[in-house]
Amino acid sequence: MRAENRSRSTTEADRRGLGWLTAGLGGAGLVVGLVVAPTDAAQGDAQRLMYLHVPAAWTAFAAFAVVALASGAYLTRRDLRWDRYARAAAEIGVGCTALAIALGAVWGKATWGAWWAWDPRLVSTTLLLIVYCGYLCVGRAGPVAGHSERARHRAATHTAFLGVAGFALVPVVHFSVVWWRSLHQPATILAVHGPPIDLLMGIALLLCVAAFTTGAAWVFLRRVDALERAAAASRTAGRPTLRSGAR
Amino acid sequence: MSRRRRARATLVLIVLAGAGLLVGAGLRDTVTYYRTPGEVLAGGDAAGARLRLGGRVVPGTLRQDGGQTRFRLTDGSHEIDVVQRGAPPDMFREGRDAVVEGVLGAGPVFRADTVLVRHGNEYRPAGAESAGTGARRNAGGEPTPG
Repeated sequence: MRAENRSRSTTEADRRGLGWLTAGLGGAGLVVGLVVAPTDAAQGDAQRLMYLHVPAAWTAFAAFAVVALASGAYLTRRDLRWDRYARAAAEIGVGCTALAIALGAVWGKATWGAWWAWDPRLVSTTLLLIVYCGYLCVGRAGPVAGHSERARHRAATHTAFLGVAGFALVPVVHFSVVWWRSLHQPATILAVHGPPIDLLMGIALLLCVAAFTTGAAWVFLRRVDALERAAAASRTAGRPTLRSGAR
Repeated sequence: MSRRRRARATLVLIVLAGAGLLVGAGLRDTVTYYRTPGEVLAGGDAAGARLRLGGRVVPGTLRQDGGQTRFRLTDGSHEIDVVQRGAPPDMFREGRDAVVEGVLGAGPVFRADTVLVRHGNEYRPAGAESAGTGARRNAGGEPTPG
């Protein structure tokens, strides 16, 4: 029992602090974003969707970066732990990408006048979502009961290649508004000549980005823990198909 | 074994290249989401072809008559008159950027069935607007001098 605990990366107590930090940052971001930050001159209150849309997109990019790094680590070290890290990060990335697309549709309806447009940013982001949904499907053979160690490594190798290659789409999505002529506006915070945003709006945005980032890290650690527990259970069970009777 | 693997890798490459070509061809209209008045006036489009036109709404040209909306789009040097059946989105204002979808007719007048509003990456509270966006508080249809 103790050995099993030690093999896990984090404990419940480690993660709880991160959860509280997320709650605090999220609460502050909510108050500043909804009450303190001024209403945008051109877009009105619809602009406040930015405080969720941008953090969701940023978190998705960060999650896919973790997928690429963990996939690279798996390919060099051949340790299934890295496969689990990559999978947990990919799940978060897919969720955040879907959230960014959904919130962007609402924002688009409010300001552009359309839920969807065949715009380079929108199309490339959807492509990103499809690729990582595919990643999750390929990786479905993860630590599932009934699979041999060798089969698991083979599945992990396939997903790791996809995890590294898929990241090539992230810069395409980010720079799509610069490289091509689009309906979507270019970046604000990463603008070349300093962010053209009101200070209070900027603070709200940064608080929300921080809350999303710590929240994603919290979910990631919990998910990794669950995946590690499942993997450990199928290892100790010996014959995983007889999991209930093996003890 | 290694020969089979090589064959499989080649097949995957061919499929990927084919898919890439198809996606690239399909997305040609996406990569250049809209064209400027200058590009559209230069011609090269089949008559009656659907296209997207983008530019700034020329101040003083926005008019609503008989269920139609009329305005002019400019890229700084060329201008095209646009007629839209119906009303534009709420955020549509003179001096802002817009993208319209439709067909270039005789005149030339662009007959649009879809009007989208573009917005910049600047965010300011009301009353502290920067000149760059040209986003002036201006009720749609209200004529502005000059």
